[in-house]
Amino acid sequence: MKHLIHALALLLALAPAPTFALGAEEMFADPAQEARAREIGRQLRCLKCRNQSIFDSNAGLAKDLRVVVRERMEAGDTDQQILDYVHDRFGDYVLLKPPVNTNTYALWIAPFVLVLLGAGGAVVYMRQRPQPKPATELTDADREEARRILRGEKT
Amino acid sequence: MIVELGHFALCLALIAALVQATLPLWGVSQGNAAAMRVADTGAQVQFFGAAAAFAALTWAFVTSDFSVMTAALNSHSGKPMMYKITGVWANHEGSMLLWVLMLALFGVLISIFGRVIPVTMRATVLAVQAMIGVGFYAFILLTSNPFERLPMPPLDGQGMNPLLQDPGVAFHPPLLYLGYVGFSTAFSFAVAALITGRVDPAWARWMRPWVLLAWSGLTAGIALGSWWAYYELGWGGFWFWDPVENASFMPWLIGTALLHSAIVVEKRNALLKWTILLAILTFSLSLIGTFLVRSGILTSVHAFATDPERGVFILLLLAIAIGGALTLFAWRAPKLEDGGVFAVWSRETGLLVNNLLLTAACGIVFVGTMYPLVLEVITGDKISVGAPYFNQSFLPVFGIVLLGAGVGPFLSWKRARKADVLRRAGLTTVITLALTALIALVFGLRDGVGLLGAFIALWLAVATLQDIAFRCGLPRVSAGTALRRLIGLPRSAWGLYLGHFGIAVASAGVIAVSVWKVEVIQTVQPGDPTQVGPYEFTLLDIENTTGPNYQTSIAAVKVTRDGEMVTVLFPERRWYPVERKPSTEAGIETLWHGDLYAVLGDPAGDGGFVTRYYYNTGVPWMWLGAALITLGGMVSLTDRRLRIGAPSAKRRQPLAQPAE
Repeated sequence: MKHLIHALALLLALAPAPTFALGAEEMFADPAQEARAREIGRQLRCLKCRNQSIFDSNAGLAKDLRVVVRERMEAGDTDQQILDYVHDRFGDYVLLKPPVNTNTYALWIAPFVLVLLGAGGAVVYMRQRPQPKPATELTDADREEARRILRGEKT
Repeated sequence: MIVELGHFALCLALIAALVQATLPLWGVSQGNAAAMRVADTGAQVQFFGAAAAFAALTWAFVTSDFSVMTAALNSHSGKPMMYKITGVWANHEGSMLLWVLMLALFGVLISIFGRVIPVTMRATVLAVQAMIGVGFYAFILLTSNPFERLPMPPLDGQGMNPLLQDPGVAFHPPLLYLGYVGFSTAFSFAVAALITGRVDPAWARWMRPWVLLAWSGLTAGIALGSWWAYYELGWGGFWFWDPVENASFMPWLIGTALLHSAIVVEKRNALLKWTILLAILTFSLSLIGTFLVRSGILTSVHAFATDPERGVFILLLLAIAIGGALTLFAWRAPKLEDGGVFAVWSRETGLLVNNLLLTAACGIVFVGTMYPLVLEVITGDKISVGAPYFNQSFLPVFGIVLLGAGVGPFLSWKRARKADVLRRAGLTTVITLALTALIALVFGLRDGVGLLGAFIALWLAVATLQDIAFRCGLPRVSAGTALRRLIGLPRSAWGLYLGHFGIAVASAGVIAVSVWKVEVIQTVQPGDPTQVGPYEFTLLDIENTTGPNYQTSIAAVKVTRDGEMVTVLFPERRWYPVERKPSTEAGIETLWHGDLYAVLGDPAGDGGFVTRYYYNTGVPWMWLGAALITLGGMVSLTDRRLRIGAPSAKRRQPLAQPAE
């Protein structure tokens, strides 16, 4: 609920600004800056879309958030400051890469655990599988026996 | 009348499934061959019922019979005929009907083409298949009846989401279900193996064609869905890591593992328990996918239903099917013994590692998909797990899988010569490093992750070609002999090479689009040129016209390179008045190295238009790669040994066999 209020507050704050059509006004002329804006935008979720980032969505809300990102960039914020700025107002839900906190420790540890489980499983399986018998050396008596059989002599 | 007959046919299918699920098992336990044979008849009647029900619903859609609720809610008399037909499965009720139709289809196919399978095994497999059927027929009839009539039929239907009125997505569900539901056969074979206690190379050979068919269908279905997202959603992306996509990707990952471990059972009689477990898990993930999409627990384009009653019902089915199978596994599996002996350096070990990595990769996707749902249920907090998470966690593991897929075929069965394998892998490394360096130099690629990705894709391609050359005896034999050997390679070998090479091609496409894609989003006036990488896009003109059931603005965008004409793209913005929704159609020109891609956005007021222009490098390779992978599966399916069937079946089996 708290996040919702924040979200509404932010939207209201943005309302007087002209709803920028997705276009030239919204782009930086400098390609390096534009690339940076996109890099940030790709980490933020369009709140009403499928798992789409604000850069990949045509929804109005995504457009507004793109403008916010650009405004913060112009104000001289670092990438992290901008992400924090949006995060403070919309909560964890807006970050496509979930933050590391008590809610998400398990999520971030899971890949390592799964790979380790897989490796452990492989080791256990290899240990308990039917083992190939070690090759046994033939003794002279064995060779003699084999020769006798090959010659067709009855043992 | 026809609709009521459809309803009746569906009830008939349920009854046939009930008989098919019980009588044959009784026959197996009593050694009664006649009762076992009921399984075949049951499968045929069940298929007839499901097909008649599906045909009846299709009839309601085609004739626009809006006294049927499903048709009234999801169709419209003004829709083109093709979308009236595909609309049958573009809604919850119809798609569940398609689900059971596929299930019944696989049952009847097993009863027809599974004649080589001894009747005890076939009867058990079909009985298990029918148990799944009973659950889903009941689900449809009790919670999602597609034949429900409206007392007051509306004058016209409400139409269908315009995003879905598209050829790509129209045939996406049938293919996806071919895979999803096709894995039920693997599940049935696994459970039948646990019940009868029979797991051996012959069993794997009976099961494998069904897994191959399902897997190929799923591959094509996922690719088709991804292709649709690419050209229809209009931002040049093809994969969102959306839960609905993950739901189909997880069975694919585990199914791929199953496909490989079944080879080990077939050729070497090893990894028996593991293969059975994989078969159960693969279909379990299909069921979980069905639950995620059909219960409405997710809210996205695909999730149409929002009825908790349905969710609980599917959850119950899930619990019974997965819980039951795993309990049976825990009880019976310890009695199964692996036969094949193999050394540490062997193809068997290689495939075991492949399996565990694929399973781990699937586990990562599973955790990432379910985590937000579970967290929200427990704490009420909402988080997003999006592309950045999956890219960081899934891709490294999958990268290792691809590296392994390259050199895995170098390992020989039972005992490989370590020195030979290392020598050949060394050659792969040298060639791949040289090619990667070449790419870095020629294209100026400096991005570390991009180079690593390029290395992995090239490695798989190089190693695959290297192995083909090796199998042909190169460089020791003459070109003619090599060619003859190449033609003489068994189909299953071709399946392997096509599949692995396809993955390499698709991965190369993914890497190329992520490092070299150019995108420009701008408001342009007609006539203004825009530079997009080496290309120049110019919006020429916009024409407003009408389609069969929509209004549309079609733009002409001229593309030139160094002043020379390349093509004209025609992106569209459509408006569907019935559904009151817009939709975009990207204008795409496919070149061998990438797509030229244009999307027309909103008018900007001053006579200009918002446009998104892309040069999507490598994207066509992804579709080519997916086609190669699917082709690989189909080619492997035609392998001689699968057609002839297991040698043991050639001998006359005693009609009745006691349960072992």
